[in-house]
Amino acid sequence: MKLLKLVPDDTNIKFLKFRAPFYIISLLLMAASWGLVMTKGLNYGVDFAGGQEIRATFVGEETAPIPDLRQTLTAIQGVGDPVVQRFGAPNEVSIRVKLPPEAEGDKEFADRLTRDITDALKEGHPDVRIDGVDSVSGKVSGEFREKAIYALLAAMLAIAIYIWIRFEWQFGVGALFALVHDVSLTLGMFALFQMEFSLQIIAAILAIIGYSLNDTIVVYDRIRENLKKFRKMPLPELLDLSVNETLARTVMTSLTLFVALLPLLLFGPASLFGLVAAITLGLFVGTYSSVYMAAPILIWLGVNSDSFVPQETAAEKQEKVARGET
Amino acid sequence: MLEFPRWKKLWLWGITLAVALAALPSLVSSTSIRWPEALPSPTVNLGLDLAGGSHILLEAEASQVEAQRLENMEEAMRNVMRQAEPRIRIGDVSTANGRLSFMLENSSDIDRARELLTPLMNGEGLTREWDLTVVDTSRMVLTPTSDGLDNAVTQAMDSATEVVRKRIDELGTREPTIIRQGDTRIVVQVPGLQDPDQLKELLGQTAKLEFKLVDQSALPADVEQGIAPPGSQIFPYAAGTPFEGTSLAVRRLGGIKGDNLINAQQTVDPQNNEPVVSITFDQQGGQRFAQLTTQNVNKPFAIILDGEVLSAPNINEPILGGSAQISGSFTADSANQLAISLRSGALPVDLAIVEERTVGPDLGADSIRKGMLAMGLGAIAVIALMIVTYGRFGIYSTVALTINVLMLLGIMAVMNTTLTLPGIAGFVLTIGAAVDANVLINERIREERKRGRRVIAAVENGYKEASRAIYDANITNFIAGVLLFAFGSGPVRGFAVVLIIGLFTSVFTAVIMTRMWVAGWLRSSRPTELNV
Repeated sequence: MKLLKLVPDDTNIKFLKFRAPFYIISLLLMAASWGLVMTKGLNYGVDFAGGQEIRATFVGEETAPIPDLRQTLTAIQGVGDPVVQRFGAPNEVSIRVKLPPEAEGDKEFADRLTRDITDALKEGHPDVRIDGVDSVSGKVSGEFREKAIYALLAAMLAIAIYIWIRFEWQFGVGALFALVHDVSLTLGMFALFQMEFSLQIIAAILAIIGYSLNDTIVVYDRIRENLKKFRKMPLPELLDLSVNETLARTVMTSLTLFVALLPLLLFGPASLFGLVAAITLGLFVGTYSSVYMAAPILIWLGVNSDSFVPQETAAEKQEKVARGET
Repeated sequence: MLEFPRWKKLWLWGITLAVALAALPSLVSSTSIRWPEALPSPTVNLGLDLAGGSHILLEAEASQVEAQRLENMEEAMRNVMRQAEPRIRIGDVSTANGRLSFMLENSSDIDRARELLTPLMNGEGLTREWDLTVVDTSRMVLTPTSDGLDNAVTQAMDSATEVVRKRIDELGTREPTIIRQGDTRIVVQVPGLQDPDQLKELLGQTAKLEFKLVDQSALPADVEQGIAPPGSQIFPYAAGTPFEGTSLAVRRLGGIKGDNLINAQQTVDPQNNEPVVSITFDQQGGQRFAQLTTQNVNKPFAIILDGEVLSAPNINEPILGGSAQISGSFTADSANQLAISLRSGALPVDLAIVEERTVGPDLGADSIRKGMLAMGLGAIAVIALMIVTYGRFGIYSTVALTINVLMLLGIMAVMNTTLTLPGIAGFVLTIGAAVDANVLINERIREERKRGRRVIAAVENGYKEASRAIYDANITNFIAGVLLFAFGSGPVRGFAVVLIIGLFTSVFTAVIMTRMWVAGWLRSSRPTELNV
């Protein structure tokens, strides 16, 4: 059987030739992402903002009457400015309502609001099906926000420290930078498209971190190996070689994960869409950042082969001599 | 490196088999096949977001426990002073700032008072629950210690959890999960609950029932302005009662609490056909109730539920039988609800619902069906891709991947963890990591062959060189997973659990098991060429 080769043997693509422009573009994208997060803000779901979220399916109808709904709901006392969005199929909606600050801690207010909203839905559309109700108080949502931030920061920091110990400090900084890049761009996308940002999305960002890290470590491992092997090679050239050598693996892994994610994106449950979309985006961003963020930074941080010399074992030296590399 | 002694092979296969068997009940349960009941059947719990149901987070206000405790202390203190022989006279009692202070009218009583208070100040064991100080020779101040407060809150939460459990059991719901979380929270999870409103109303009711004498000396004008005569306090009438909107002054001390109930039933008042709740006291409660009604015939007493007056009937004659009726403009439903709440006992502290998530059973089932379909399609695509790219090695990888999924399910079932929607994302990532490990190994073997190594050396080196990156990547992800579990909440934790277990199973299957198969093949057929 002839096997498929996605990447031809002995590629020699000059990835790092454009490192400066790519770096500038990436830094600009990161800045833009943070700008978007600051100005447009993230579309926090009830997990982080508190309030009520009601999901409903209009069983007998093709599409949900979203503009009508908005109007009906605004008339209910205490609803304020409701967020009515399509959620999954065209006849499924999600309605989000924030509690007015003065109602915070009022046990009955939230209940009454949910009841008023479901009553209003059922009034015009008797066959509407209430799929779920989420109600989170301001206090708990504040805790969720805090915990999510701590979890993200702690995970990223610990990862950087481990890589610093296993490799060199420059590698730790590089990996951390690549992760910050990936997380920033994901947040930017959520701000740009105003997709609902919930606890699930935090799980997605963590998956992105995990994936991007796998990629970065594979490239770094090869760089470390080559640094020991080719002591005289200029660093940019060595990085290019390392990226090329791992290219087949990178393409294959990204592709397999992508084909696993695609059906989830297309046919998976609506409640998983945001999560899967974020991981899919992270797949591309994470692969890119491993090559264009995590690798070139090593040049600027001044990595050289001396860092790894003490680790070179006698056996490896012998091998090199045998191959005539020294 | 490619040596596998028989004991090692047996051991590896044994683990695989055991864990995969543990996954079987979970897989079978989603089909129509019945799992034999005689066999143990660990199954993966589905989170409420997948199975449908209600998740409710209740929170208690710790300050309420403190206030309640102070009130109890005041009553106990007054009792011992009154019952002392000769009686110790006190005055100027205050419970401001969370402390109980009072004056002794005769400062020579101080040693006797101290002796009487000592037994009240110590909790169980050696903890001291209150500190006593004497100011200006005759003012005694009781301050709760922080140990004492913590104990009180813990006890209140323990009994609140018990009360919540009883009430949910009364509803007849299946397999509820009721867990204390943190210092002042209780998580209630009820799978497949159609209508959470009833549950919420039941949990929101403290059901603290009190019978107190009405203070007839209070001037109505003062009461409306919220001014209570000394020794009295003011309660509003409950919504739905005929006097809604007005208030009533009652004697603060000397009433009866509803703690001594042994039964409560919803019945109908034969005189006006209105739903009422019939209650039965235990012996002690019955005696106190008889005493109160005997001493106060022809005076009104108020029936107060959770700080609101239900009714204030006149005591026409002493009630001696130990049972009574509570009327208060009930509907049949609300009377039944109150009866349930009273039967299961009062909550020692109010519980507020701070988080509620309800997923309709249709949506949950739909999510599972769509999720399974998508994962199945994804798996087929991944398997196809692996086999066309790596041939024989691709087949090893996909068998390893299948065992990996079974092991992951099996371990989750045995550890009794819950699979949630974000957990599915963890699953996808685990599969990604497992595939990645095999891709790394296979690519490395290709490379080593290209460099001219012979078959066995290429495979050996492939595993060895790739393992370094695989272990580094998995350890970093493991660190991240542990931190997520430690700092995360809810869905993030569900994700972290799957991630952590998945890291172990994917390294085990993708690195160790495939190596065993490859080694076996190399030994038996001694190929001179590798198609990889």
